[in-house]
Amino acid sequence: MSVPHHEEAYEDIPGTWIFDAQRARLGYPLNEFLYSLMKESNRKAFLANEREYTLKFRMSPEQREGVLRRDWNRLLELGGVSYALAKLAFTDGKSYQYMASQMTGMTEKEYVDMMLKGGRSPEGWRTRAERQGKR
Amino acid sequence: MARIIAGVGTSHTPAIGAAVDNGKTEQPYWQPLFKGYEPAKRWMAETNPDVVIMVYNDHVNAFDFKIVPTFALGCAGEFPIADEGWGPRPVPVVEGYPELAAHLVQSLVLDEFDMTICNEMQVDHGLTVPLTLLCGTPRAWPCRVIPLAVNVIQYPAPTGHRCFRLGQAIRRAVERWDEELKVVIFGTGGMSHQIQGPRAGLTNPAFDKAFLDGLSENPERLLKIEPLEYLREAGAEAIELVMWLIMRGALGERVQEIYRFYHIPASSTAVGNIILESR
Repeated sequence: MSVPHHEEAYEDIPGTWIFDAQRARLGYPLNEFLYSLMKESNRKAFLANEREYTLKFRMSPEQREGVLRRDWNRLLELGGVSYALAKLAFTDGKSYQYMASQMTGMTEKEYVDMMLKGGRSPEGWRTRAERQGKR
Repeated sequence: MARIIAGVGTSHTPAIGAAVDNGKTEQPYWQPLFKGYEPAKRWMAETNPDVVIMVYNDHVNAFDFKIVPTFALGCAGEFPIADEGWGPRPVPVVEGYPELAAHLVQSLVLDEFDMTICNEMQVDHGLTVPLTLLCGTPRAWPCRVIPLAVNVIQYPAPTGHRCFRLGQAIRRAVERWDEELKVVIFGTGGMSHQIQGPRAGLTNPAFDKAFLDGLSENPERLLKIEPLEYLREAGAEAIELVMWLIMRGALGERVQEIYRFYHIPASSTAVGNIILESR
């Protein structure tokens, strides 16, 4: 049994960057940097001098800027995977939920309230065309 | 003979572990969730399995991206708790079952499922949160655990159909193990959720309910859900639900639903729990 190979359709889901093998390839150095933040000593070294610490990893200049600016959505686009990005949020003393709220452009409180009301409905968010129609 | 007697489906949201570790379970935000897991916890204590096969995914903790195994089986004697970025969870080290794990690898590879063998592996919230939910906060976990880590982070994840067949092969392998053992298999992760990008926070209770119904009544229907459908309908991280199909495949044809619980939210997640006993 096989399933359709619709990689191109990944891009049709609005507000989402699917971490496929191509994006993983681009994101590898960025994710290795994020992975290094699992160690307390590395978290300290990074916070002491962020730019210098990031120079140890062969990230692109865009990825490095994204890290320094905590530009979460840009980092997703450049191949960062959310679970690895969370390690940067944790290093900042923030929660996963905080990071997710930043990605949506909401305040953390607005985001938490949305979740308490049952979360975001898929209506209007399935395809780019559906999203256009909703706007 | 060893037997898989039951399966547990449960979310493994890290915030649930943090709520327990930080004494927040009685707070209004968390109280309904933990209350909803009480019957499952009682069932687990009464069932008292010898071994749990824990199907879960690692979240860039045991594995970075140097190597990305689709299926990885923990064959070690014990599994330390990972520091995911805020210190390791204060839970007991997980005791494995290397002899049975080695048997599973041998049997599964010959059954055409290529398992990556992990002789050393840290385990993260994907494995420890389900243990906490079902076993509470004991000094030592009440049973041995064989971790089965599935790649659902880098797309494509294995298809639901393949996961189900892997579950069937696990059942056959366990039944070939000549020791009286009660085995419970967990399928973890999900349910609907998305934790990345402007679409973060997506949930789909209708999708989740249909999935739970399918596990109980008609798993064949669930095998037809294409990867893209999980993403579109239930969020980018809902693909984790394929791991529940490994659990369901391992239960044999007939099951009886013992318990079901559903709750929104835990952080960004729609939380589901189901207990199915093999009949």
